[in-house]
Amino acid sequence: MVSAQDNVISATGLRRAYGDFEAVRGIDFAVRRGELFALLGTNGAGKTSTVELLEGLAPPSGGEVRVLGHDPYRERRRVRPYTGVMLQEGGMPAQLTVAETVRMWAGCTARPRPAAEALELVGLAGRRDVRVAHLSGGERRRLDLALALLGRPEVLFLDEPTTGLDAEGRHATWELVRELRTGGTTVLLTTHYLEEAEELADRLAIMAGGRIAAAGTVEEIVGAHPATVSFRLPAGWLPGDLPPLPALGVTGHELAGTAVRLRTGALQRTLTEVLLWAQDNGVELAGLDARSASLEEAFLKIAGAAADDRRAGPRERPDQGAGAAAYATGPVRTDERNAR
Amino acid sequence: MTATDAAPGTAPPAHAGDRAADVPGPLARLAAVGRAELTLLWRSKLVLFGALVTPAGFAFATRSAVAEMDLSDTGLTAATVVLPSAVVFALLFVVYANLVIVYVARREELVLKRLRTGLLDDRELLAGAALPALCVALAQCLVLAATVGLAMDAPAPQAPLAAVLGVLLGMAMLTVLAAATAAATKSAESAQLTSMPLLLVSMFGSGLFVPFEVLPDSLAEIARRLPLSPVVELVRGGWTGELGAGGTVEALAVAVAWTAAGAWAVRRWFRWEPRG
Repeated sequence: MVSAQDNVISATGLRRAYGDFEAVRGIDFAVRRGELFALLGTNGAGKTSTVELLEGLAPPSGGEVRVLGHDPYRERRRVRPYTGVMLQEGGMPAQLTVAETVRMWAGCTARPRPAAEALELVGLAGRRDVRVAHLSGGERRRLDLALALLGRPEVLFLDEPTTGLDAEGRHATWELVRELRTGGTTVLLTTHYLEEAEELADRLAIMAGGRIAAAGTVEEIVGAHPATVSFRLPAGWLPGDLPPLPALGVTGHELAGTAVRLRTGALQRTLTEVLLWAQDNGVELAGLDARSASLEEAFLKIAGAAADDRRAGPRERPDQGAGAAAYATGPVRTDERNAR
Repeated sequence: MTATDAAPGTAPPAHAGDRAADVPGPLARLAAVGRAELTLLWRSKLVLFGALVTPAGFAFATRSAVAEMDLSDTGLTAATVVLPSAVVFALLFVVYANLVIVYVARREELVLKRLRTGLLDDRELLAGAALPALCVALAQCLVLAATVGLAMDAPAPQAPLAAVLGVLLGMAMLTVLAAATAAATKSAESAQLTSMPLLLVSMFGSGLFVPFEVLPDSLAEIARRLPLSPVVELVRGGWTGELGAGGTVEALAVAVAWTAAGAWAVRRWFRWEPRG
């Protein structure tokens, strides 16, 4: 018997190349039994390329994958009876009905669930005689999930399972995935919804440019990023009137007129010092705001840093979070840049 | 993270063996995919109609062509020219042209990729998708052979085994050639174009309209090496009994060689998902 702490999925030095382009550039991670592990990343980060290696759809160009102790590509017969897969996009013949699709899959599955049960799980019981062509995008995603669950898998791969679902469908899917996890299923999920990873994942890895840029629990990843304190100084006060910033635990800052934004790895200390200074000097700090980093901020910084590394040199990024991207190269350089 | 990072790959399967024993056998898996494909074939009425009617139409055209020919020195009769042609037309349209469309369509709608995440291996997948077409083609071969035989007063087959071998090898060859053609086909619409070369070469080179016996010797030598030529020869020889052991072996060798070449091309070039 296997203890709960064994690795059900492991990747070591994993690489995948398409011709000259290397989509996965040497990644390592492990997923333990019963754990829900999320791979996060922007489009093109290498998530799907990685998951396809784990699913055994292609051999890696370097490194090693193990699922349940076996190579999922070369030893597919030893792995496939225990895995369920939901690809990023459908893959169901448009002119089959929902029931016919499930029946086809059941015929290729060890100990399948009854079709009615599988459809009930995803809320499609009332749509069994509808052709796939006539399902909504969200319904197709749910049918795909039903197929993935048909064999009561021990390991479930979900590639962006809620893309195209409305809020209600997304929450229903989350609930189902949570129940499966509670039942002991090991789940590997990719998503570009940060909220989804925050809701579901025990641990996650953020991929950028084919590499894992950060990994751990949500708390660990967020904790590695600075919190922010922001406020506006009243007329007559200048940022230079503040106590020396390093003494406040501040690691970076932005100034825009009277608006001040401080970054700190010690939020409580920085906030206390700022408030004491304000009280001692009788200063009213307008728009005072103090917050820990969010997963979104952490994500944008990590993804942005990786993008900057690849481009070799700073440049304007008109897309996603200009502020976060400006800090992408790290607090020290950030300070230099902002000081100008 | 806790200190539980066991060395990668150390975890054995939780219940090694138990579920693997319940995996449906290859025949059950083929049947599951084949049944779905049969449903799909039944629902695409245009494809179905084309597959069923086209071979009969071409067989009729061959009959008209043969009526103009002088077969007196060839040892052939009108029936022994038309009958093998009808059988090969059925194989060409129902197996080859139809399967090129099936493979391309399933690849483009990501069905092949999805199925590859399951228990089926690659050969089972291609075979399962071909199953209904092969069954329909077989039934059609029988119906066409019987119809031509009765209508044109053909003799009973003298070497039925050769004819059966010819049809079976033809089905295997055209299935792999369909998959190979699918590898070079971008969309289901362009399948009509990409399957045209083999259809034309076979019609005019493999003795479907004009038997080898009527061709000049040098041309006939080349024509006999074309993919469908051995199938035509085996089926015709099955009826006339005049192929002989040497001719039979030679025809089998040519058919097997084309099948192997097709299988090699599939391994080398077949893609399981649309070009990214």
